[in-house]
Amino acid sequence: MTTNQIMFILFSAMIIVFSILTVTSQKILRAAVYLLFVLVSTAGLYFMLNFQFLAAVQLTLYAGGIVVLIIFSILLTSHIDHKFESLGWKKSLFSALAVISGAILSIVTILDYKFSATTEAAKEIDMRLIGNSLLSVEKDGYVLPFEVISILLLAAMIAAIVIAKKGAPKKLESQTLKQ
Amino acid sequence: MNAGIPLNYFLILATIMFFVGVYGFLTRRNLITILMSVELILNSVNINFLAFNRYLFPHKLEGLFFSLFVIAVAASEAAVAIAIIINIYRRFTTINVEDVNVMKF
Repeated sequence: MTTNQIMFILFSAMIIVFSILTVTSQKILRAAVYLLFVLVSTAGLYFMLNFQFLAAVQLTLYAGGIVVLIIFSILLTSHIDHKFESLGWKKSLFSALAVISGAILSIVTILDYKFSATTEAAKEIDMRLIGNSLLSVEKDGYVLPFEVISILLLAAMIAAIVIAKKGAPKKLESQTLKQ
Repeated sequence: MNAGIPLNYFLILATIMFFVGVYGFLTRRNLITILMSVELILNSVNINFLAFNRYLFPHKLEGLFFSLFVIAVAASEAAVAIAIIINIYRRFTTINVEDVNVMKF
C-alpha cells in the first residue's frame, strides 16, 4: 500500500465519519465543528488531486469564511448547550431507508459504467494559467461566467445587508405619519 | 500524484457524502443545520467535478472552474441564507422550520 492510498483512506474515512456526525449530532455547535473537519479533509483531497489553488480557496473560503459565518449565526440564534430533541424513530428510519437505497443505486451505476480517459498529456496547472483563462475571451476562456459570478456576489452582498438590516420599528413610522 | 487510486473511489466517496447531506436535509428541523447539510451536498459535487477533471480530461480546466463557481455560489447562498435566518429569528424568536409557518403577520 502506497502513501497515496493511505492518505486517501485517511481523508475519506474522516469525511464520511465527520459528515455523518454533522447530520446526527444533537448539539448544534458541535455539528458546525464537525462540518469544519469535513471541509478541511476535502481540501486535503483536492491537494491529492493536485489542485492546489482550489484547495487553498476551499480552506480560506469554506473553512475560514462560511464555517465562521455559521458559528456566528448559531451563537446569535441559539443557546450554547441547547440540545435538539431526538426525532421519532419513524422519521429517521424512513429517511435512512430512502438515503441508503439512493446511495446503493448510484454506487451500482458508477461501478457499472466504463469511464474512458483521454490520452492527451496532462496540463500543468499554475496560477498564471488559471488567471489567464479566467479573463480570456478565447476558446477556453471563462470571462462570461466570471462576470456573471461577480454580479451575483455583489447582489448577494447587498441583499444580505438589506435583509439583515434592522428596519425602523413599525410604531414609530405610524406616529411620524400622524404628525 | 494520484497513482493507485481508481476514479471510482472518489465517486463512491462523493456519493456517500451527498446522501449523508440528503439525510440531514430530510431529518433536521433547524434552519442552520439544514444549511450545513446543503454545504455538504455542494462539497460532494465539487469532489466529483475535480475527480472527473483530473482523471478523464487532464488537459482541460473545466472541472476546476466549475467547482470555483460552485464555491462562489455557495458562499453567496450562505450569506443570504444567514441574513434571512437572522431576520426570521428576530420575528419569531425561533429558527425551527416547524414553528415558522407564516409569511406575513
